[in-house]
Amino acid sequence: MSLILLIEQILNGLQFGIMLFLMAAGLTLIFGVMGLINLAHGSLYMIGAFCAAAVAGLTGSFLLGLIAALAGAALAGALVELVVIRRLYRKDHLDQVLATFALILIFSEGTRWLFGSFPLFLDVPDYLSGPITLPGGIQYPLYRLALIVIGLAVGLGLYLLISKTRLGVQIRAGENDREMIAALGIDIAKLYTIVFALGAALAGFAGALVGAIQSVQVGMGEPVLIMAFVVIVIGGIGSIKGALIGALLVGLTDTLGGIFLPEVMKLFFDPSTATSVGSSLASMAIYVLMAAVLVLKPAGLFGARA
Amino acid sequence: MTRETYVNAFTLALFVAIPLWAVVADEPFTITLMTRAAIFAIAAVGLNIALGLGGLVSLGHAVFFGLGGYSMGILAYHAQTYMSLAEWPLLIEGTKSMPVIWLTAIVVSSLAALVIGILSLRTAGVYFIMITLAFGQMFFFFAISWSEYGGEDGLSIYVRNGFPGLNTLDPIQFYGLCLGLLCLVLAFAWRLANSPFGLALNAARQAPLRVETVGLDPARLRLVAFVLSGAIAGLAGALFADLNRFVSPVMFSWQTSGEIMIFVILGGVGRLFGPVVGALVFVALEHWLGGLSEFWHIYLGLLLLLIVLFARGGLIGLVAGREAVHD
Repeated sequence: MSLILLIEQILNGLQFGIMLFLMAAGLTLIFGVMGLINLAHGSLYMIGAFCAAAVAGLTGSFLLGLIAALAGAALAGALVELVVIRRLYRKDHLDQVLATFALILIFSEGTRWLFGSFPLFLDVPDYLSGPITLPGGIQYPLYRLALIVIGLAVGLGLYLLISKTRLGVQIRAGENDREMIAALGIDIAKLYTIVFALGAALAGFAGALVGAIQSVQVGMGEPVLIMAFVVIVIGGIGSIKGALIGALLVGLTDTLGGIFLPEVMKLFFDPSTATSVGSSLASMAIYVLMAAVLVLKPAGLFGARA
Repeated sequence: MTRETYVNAFTLALFVAIPLWAVVADEPFTITLMTRAAIFAIAAVGLNIALGLGGLVSLGHAVFFGLGGYSMGILAYHAQTYMSLAEWPLLIEGTKSMPVIWLTAIVVSSLAALVIGILSLRTAGVYFIMITLAFGQMFFFFAISWSEYGGEDGLSIYVRNGFPGLNTLDPIQFYGLCLGLLCLVLAFAWRLANSPFGLALNAARQAPLRVETVGLDPARLRLVAFVLSGAIAGLAGALFADLNRFVSPVMFSWQTSGEIMIFVILGGVGRLFGPVVGALVFVALEHWLGGLSEFWHIYLGLLLLLIVLFARGGLIGLVAGREAVHD
């Protein structure tokens, strides 16, 4: 186990964490502003990936694919909000869970119907493929490094949007007191649609970016969605900062656990048992982390309310 | 008698009449479908205790369903390979006896429900939903990576387990067992809802503060409800594994949790027979729509959406009106 491998794995963990952050930020924003739990967020991630793969496949341009992912997911998000989601704000969580679960069924089967069950592939563009040499002589895939940079840039943009712009003020006001900002003459229905579309666009963007490393297929969104839930539970619902820190914690724990737990187990067991015990434990690591946070801080690390 | 009572009686009559017809008409597949419906109904009656009575929106009941399934799978696997399950501190052999398997499933899933309940009931609302979902995923990934019992491929059991005095290989006899258990579970749920505990739990859902002021602990009531609910789902899991003679990590998946919740909602939350009607309708839809189109989940999704948006009382609510719900 060398230092280079360790640094590589830390970077992998960061990259995974940053992508989780894009998902979790949208979820937590939607919950914070509208009080809605959206299980269909994973479907928007999938829609983004499919839009990117389809457009990039047609035009041959990865950049156009990314734009299509952003636009497609935002459009799908706005449409879903207008038709279904806005009827759910006043309903209880059970109704929200069921209605958004129903949306998952519709989106997943609809995508299967359109594109078939075989995975699509989205190629990394030439200018981002291949390894790059980092200081210290570490070879690391350029695309993954680009994901970290892009993700951080989006995070910064989101921070600026929420803390510096007029829309951001309205979003923060909406989190605190929605009757009051409606009384101040702000079109709350429009604000909700915008926030939902924004969250959807973030999810779709993440889906497209990750789609180039993994295959693009139906059902790709749900495992990520559940991980994003773990992130939010750890970070605290409604907190973007919590989402960032939670996402990095989860990304690093999952990646490093998968590599190092089997190694640690080799100290106690014979190699084949160690690999199987280690990988079983690694698959549970982030949930153990979540349980630990729950015991210590039930409202999450940065949760304003339980 | 209210209209809901008629609906309940009619549902029960269907559960008796359809399989009897299937025996006469020699349609064993229909019996298998009805067995599936009865087993799903047991799981959903279990969830309804937490969901309908306790107001706990658990998206993780696949954990208990799966643990029940794996209890059966592991015990029967050791029995069919003649390897003992443990030799120390005491010798544990596998078994092919249903009562022992059921008991194991119930004990294992209640213990899991106790631990998960203690952790996740520290929170409420959306947190609770997300956490139960996450715990479900934890078991799912654990089952996938646990290669000793099949990992991703699951475990096949060659011969259905036995019940003293019955030939469980005969579809109608196995169905009879499942229906009997469904009736027992329904009777239990009915007694529970009308017991002091059930009334307190119901009150804790509607006004936790008032329950606390009269000296009851809402958290404890919820935990007990969660454990009972998990135990029943575990029993259903063991039966489901026996029906298919197969267990796989899919039993732990979040889709399974979602489906168990769909059974409850389709029929009507908090109603005694809601889960039973829901399970029956689900199996019928799965069979008919699944035969019509490969993409039947779209129609299921649309139906679910319509019910959530426009028919809060579920199908029983549509037929019998809202009078049974007192909140």
